[in-house]
Amino acid sequence: MPNPWRNAPNLFWQLVLKDFRVRYRNMSLGMFWSLLNPLVMMALLTFVFTRIYRAAEIPNFPVFVLCGIVPFNFFTLSWLTATTSIVDNARLIKRVAIPRVLIPFSTVVGNALHLCIQFGLLLAFVFAFGYRPNIHWLWLPVIWLLTILFACGVSLITAALNIFLRDIKYVVESANLVLFWLVPIFYPFSSIPGEFREVYQFNPVAALVLALRQILMFDTSPAGSLLWKLALVSVASLLVGIFVFRALERRFYEYL
Amino acid sequence: MSISSERTPSTESARHGDAPELIAFEGVSKRFQRHGGQSLLRHLLGQVLGGGAVEPFYALRDVSFSLNRGESLAVIGRNGAGKSTLLSLVAGLCQPERGRVTVRGTVGALLELGTGFHPDLTGRENLHLNAALVGFSRRETLDAENEIIEFAELSGFIDEPIRTYSQGMTMRLAFSIAVHSRPDILMVDEVLAVGDARFQARCRERIFALRDAGCTFLFVSHAPRDVTEFCRRAILLEGGRVVADGDAASVLAEYQKSSGDGGC
Repeated sequence: MPNPWRNAPNLFWQLVLKDFRVRYRNMSLGMFWSLLNPLVMMALLTFVFTRIYRAAEIPNFPVFVLCGIVPFNFFTLSWLTATTSIVDNARLIKRVAIPRVLIPFSTVVGNALHLCIQFGLLLAFVFAFGYRPNIHWLWLPVIWLLTILFACGVSLITAALNIFLRDIKYVVESANLVLFWLVPIFYPFSSIPGEFREVYQFNPVAALVLALRQILMFDTSPAGSLLWKLALVSVASLLVGIFVFRALERRFYEYL
Repeated sequence: MSISSERTPSTESARHGDAPELIAFEGVSKRFQRHGGQSLLRHLLGQVLGGGAVEPFYALRDVSFSLNRGESLAVIGRNGAGKSTLLSLVAGLCQPERGRVTVRGTVGALLELGTGFHPDLTGRENLHLNAALVGFSRRETLDAENEIIEFAELSGFIDEPIRTYSQGMTMRLAFSIAVHSRPDILMVDEVLAVGDARFQARCRERIFALRDAGCTFLFVSHAPRDVTEFCRRAILLEGGRVVADGDAASVLAEYQKSSGDGGC
C-alpha cells in the first residue's frame, strides 16, 4: 500500500532547502542582512543600558545581550513564519498529497539553519571577549534542539489554527512583542523578583538564554532544574502541537 | 500545472483483495461551508451569536462510479459541477462527508500550471523539490534527473531561475516530472491547452504510451477532441451529481446538447 510518508525525509530536506534558498536568492548582500539585525540590536541595547539607563553593572554587556537576541530572533521569526506557512503554501496543500505536518516543521528547521549564521556571530563575540570553549559547550546542541522542538510544537498549533482564524497571525505578532520583555534579553536573571523566578524558567526561550549565558560566559553547566523544565515544556508542546495539528488537518482543504 | 504525489486516502480499504478497480466511489457526498476560504473571527462570532449555522454547499452529491486498471475516464461538466472536487478526493486531499472513496495505487496529477514551482529557484532546484513532492527519494531523483531534463528539452536552461522561463517551458518541466513518476493513476486537469502544437503533440504521444503501458487516466478537459481521443468512457457531472456515465462520445454529445454549444 503506498503511503505519503515514503521518502518523507527527502521531501523534508527539499522543503528546508527551498526556504533557505528563497530567503537569500534575491538579496544582493545575502547573509549580511542576517548579521546586521543582531548587530544593530546589540549596539543599541548596549548603548541604552550601559550609557543611558545603568540598571545593573553587567560585565561584557555586548555578549550578554547577544546571548538574548540570538535565541529571541530565532524563536520569533520561526514562530511567525511557521504560523503562516500552511496558508502561504495553500496552493501546494490543496494540490499535492504530502504529509502536511512537514511544512511547519521544515519552516522552523529552515529558520534554524538561518540562525546558525547568527549563532556564528555570537561565538565570534564570545571569542573576541576572551571566552574559550569548555566542556560545558557540549550542552549547546541539547538546549538548542529542545528549543527548536518547542518552536515546532507551538508553531504546529498556531499554523493549524491560522487556517480557521486568519487573525492568529496577529496574535503571534503581539505575543512576540510581549516576549521581548519577558525573555531576559537585556536584564539578568538576578533582577527578577524571587516569586517569579520559578515560573520564569518554564519559558523555553528564557531558559535557553539563561543556559547560553551559563555556558558561554560563566563556564558552568546550566542548572538541572532549568534543563528539566526546558525539556518538559519542549516535549509537551511538541506532543500537543502534533495532536492539535492532526486533529484539525482533516478540514484544512475546506478552509484553505 | 502541478504534480501530486502518491497517496492513499484514509478512507481507503484494501480488503477487496485484488479486485480490478483502482478507484471506487460509493455514494460519495462532499460538502463545503459557504465561506470556506474566508474564515475569520467574525464568522465564528456570527455563528455563535446569530445561532444559525452557515448553509453548506454540496460540491458532490451521492456520486458512485468505479474505474478499472488500464481504463481511462473523462470527467466532464460545466464550471462548478464538481470536477475538481472529484479529483481532490481521488488524490486524498480531502475526505468525503458521506460515502466511501477507495483508491488503490499511486496517484499522480497534472493540475494547474506552476503549483509547487518557486519562480526564484532554478529549473534544477525546482525539479528536485517537485520530484520530492511527487514522492521521489533522493536517489530516484538523481537517477531520473537527466531523463526528465531531456524530455522537457530544457538542457540549456535548467540552471536558470524558473521566472525567466516561458509558460511553455514551465509546463514542459512539470509534465516531464509527472510522467517520470510513473503513477498507477494519472489525473490530467485541462493542462493540454497550454504549450505549443509541437509540445502538445509530444504530451499526447506520451499519454498514449503511458496508457498503453497500463496507466489509468482520469481526465478533465474542455476540449471535445481530447475527451474522445484519450478516453473511451466519460461521466458527466451536473450540480455535483453524475447525470451520465458511459461511452465517451455519447456522454459528450449529451453534454453538448444540454449546454447548447459546441464547447465542452
